[in-house]
Amino acid sequence: MELLEIVNTKLKEHFAGDIESAEMLYDYPVFTIQKDRIHDVLKFLKEDETLNFHFLTDLCGMQTADEKQLGVIYHLHNMPKNHRIRLKTFFDINKPEVATATDLWPAANWMERETYDFFGVRFKGHPNLKRILNVDEMDIFPMRKEYPLEDQTRDDKNDSMFGR
Amino acid sequence: MSKKETTYSINQEVIEEKEYSTLNLGPTHPATHGIFQNVLKMDGEIIHEATPTIGYIHRAFEKLAERRPYAQITPITDRLNYCSSPINNMGWYMTVEKLLGAKIPKRAEYHRVIIMELSRIADHIICNSVIGVDTGAMTGFLYIFQWREKIYEIFEEICGARLTTNIGRIGGFDKEWSKKTWDLIDTFLKEYPKGLQEFANLLERNKIFMDRTVNCGPISAEMALSYSFVGPNLRAAGIDYDVRVMNPYSSYEDFTFTVPVGTQGDTYDRFMVRQHEMWQSLSIIEQAIKKMPEGPMHADLPDFFLPPKEQVYNNMEALIYHFKIVMGETDIPKGEVYHCVEGGNGELGFYLISDGGRTPFRLHFRRPCFIYYQAYPEMVKGIMLSDAILTMSSMNVIAGELDA
Amino acid sequence: MAKEIIKRTKPEIAKMPDGLEGPGFFATKLEDVVGMARKNSLWPLPFATSCCGIEFMATMASHYDLGRFGSERLSFSPRQADMLMVMGTIAKKMGPTLRQVYEQMAEPRWVLSVGACASSGGIFDTYSVLQGIDKIIPVDVYVPGCPPRPEQILEGVLKIQEMAQNESFRRRNSDEYKKMLNSYGIE
Repeated sequence: MELLEIVNTKLKEHFAGDIESAEMLYDYPVFTIQKDRIHDVLKFLKEDETLNFHFLTDLCGMQTADEKQLGVIYHLHNMPKNHRIRLKTFFDINKPEVATATDLWPAANWMERETYDFFGVRFKGHPNLKRILNVDEMDIFPMRKEYPLEDQTRDDKNDSMFGR
Repeated sequence: MSKKETTYSINQEVIEEKEYSTLNLGPTHPATHGIFQNVLKMDGEIIHEATPTIGYIHRAFEKLAERRPYAQITPITDRLNYCSSPINNMGWYMTVEKLLGAKIPKRAEYHRVIIMELSRIADHIICNSVIGVDTGAMTGFLYIFQWREKIYEIFEEICGARLTTNIGRIGGFDKEWSKKTWDLIDTFLKEYPKGLQEFANLLERNKIFMDRTVNCGPISAEMALSYSFVGPNLRAAGIDYDVRVMNPYSSYEDFTFTVPVGTQGDTYDRFMVRQHEMWQSLSIIEQAIKKMPEGPMHADLPDFFLPPKEQVYNNMEALIYHFKIVMGETDIPKGEVYHCVEGGNGELGFYLISDGGRTPFRLHFRRPCFIYYQAYPEMVKGIMLSDAILTMSSMNVIAGELDA
Repeated sequence: MAKEIIKRTKPEIAKMPDGLEGPGFFATKLEDVVGMARKNSLWPLPFATSCCGIEFMATMASHYDLGRFGSERLSFSPRQADMLMVMGTIAKKMGPTLRQVYEQMAEPRWVLSVGACASSGGIFDTYSVLQGIDKIIPVDVYVPGCPPRPEQILEGVLKIQEMAQNESFRRRNSDEYKKMLNSYGIE
């Protein structure tokens, strides 16, 4: 609880209007930030001496339940004090653009490529934004809910046997 | 194929003219453990630039997990870092238990610790012996793989499978381990130190091995942190970050063990950190056996407790209950949770978002290999090809974890 | 039906084919001799991609020892290998590489598909996994399992050895074989 208060107070000093929500989910303080300010918030969290979230644990994407928005989730870690927080930012699925975090953490490079590959989120300023896990010629973003898991071009599955 | 590249000074004079050749260290290569490709731009034998390509074994785990009920996701987690599958399984169970808010009995947690440390030993056996093979020392590999067979026998007694174990349950274990399991573990604890010492005598202070591996692919602590290194690779660079110590899970706070740390972050340090971790794992297993408390082996989770097999095969209600749990017809709370465990390669994280349905809404695996392999082009700039091969094998890049 | 257990006191190195023996000569069919030579010296190309690759490492290590069946020298170059052992999941991104490796192998060549993923896609019925390598290359023996035990991999190798021993010389040049290769698009 205290970590939530500390970070929330510090963030409110500089980014008062951009924090959409701040809550405690299980054991993590979670902040939802406006998409246009996420880079500045990350920079502040990394460079502030007391907060010092110098380690980027994870960066992933998601699609909201109503399928109209995409989101990027950041997990940050302050190792000396053992503080962990989560940041989220959401944006419209038809205009998925966010600023990149590669200038703050080089580790974000491939994680953002993976998010682009799976969800189609374009990271502005990324040095090499192209597909990383799927074949380069793929033109869909497979993790979006609208696309199926199986390969639709198969002709050898007998659906009558599997009760589909 | 070679390309000429000319460096010009301010006055348009030619300072340097170099011819670079491109070498494809292709997806199938005896020295790359797993399939990933590196296109190297080389100046003779020295690497100027490396461009990695991964995704050759992308099996769409995250999308697959959105289709499967919680009890059926464990086989997928097996196949992440398949050299130490029990750790992945336990990590997944702990994530779900965190979501449910379940408390696991101490006895089950100690059993989990024993399994996780055994599989950590198994993972480090592969990594270290393969570093030996890449320097030309086949003997170490053949001698120490015998001990991996002994660990396989232990896993087989508990769950029936050797490699992709799917071991345990959400909530603990299904039943007490048999006497044969404990005998096998006791024999392993007595005999493995001799085997490990033999392997150590072969390589640790061997001049040829040290000449090859010291100062080979070093990385500084600042660069390692900025590339989000974790696990033995980070500890070799000098930072003592171990999830078991920093965010203890599954009763790790009850055990005393040291976290080995290197200085330079080169191949030799990575090798030695893994060697010392194996000794520490043995000590943890001994402590767990000595301090084993009494109690149940499964948490009080009626919605997730699979009935014992004798009843499932003989009793209709138990069969229906088993079917319902495995097919996901139980109530899962809504929420999102992130849990991490110390895998063979470092912090393996599971980010789970549940919307109350049968299957996860979103499951993301924080895979350590995927994140720290990005630093590889930086680490091999300016070193020779054979050193680059050693650097790659000492980073323990497992293709299953890289691509998921 | 259990196989009869033959108790041996002396190890048998290689079974000699039937033939007419005499002082200083041994007459037999050329095909039998060549079959015996091929069977006991199959050099595998381990195309290990994932978990089955670790079980292959266990098969190659001293406990289960693939070397005693003649496959002592693993060849990572397709030009020098007889048997292609595909172990692990093949994703669609990897398909062209596998095809290229197969095409580089010289006749006679055999393909062993180890594991459920290589045989049929395994548990990964997804958009990115090739549902069985027999969609792109012809396969001789399938070893199911996830992963198969080393004993099963050894049995697969023994079945390939049986095929190598009993193969006729004309098979690789026959029309039926050529038709089969053409159906995969391989010349």
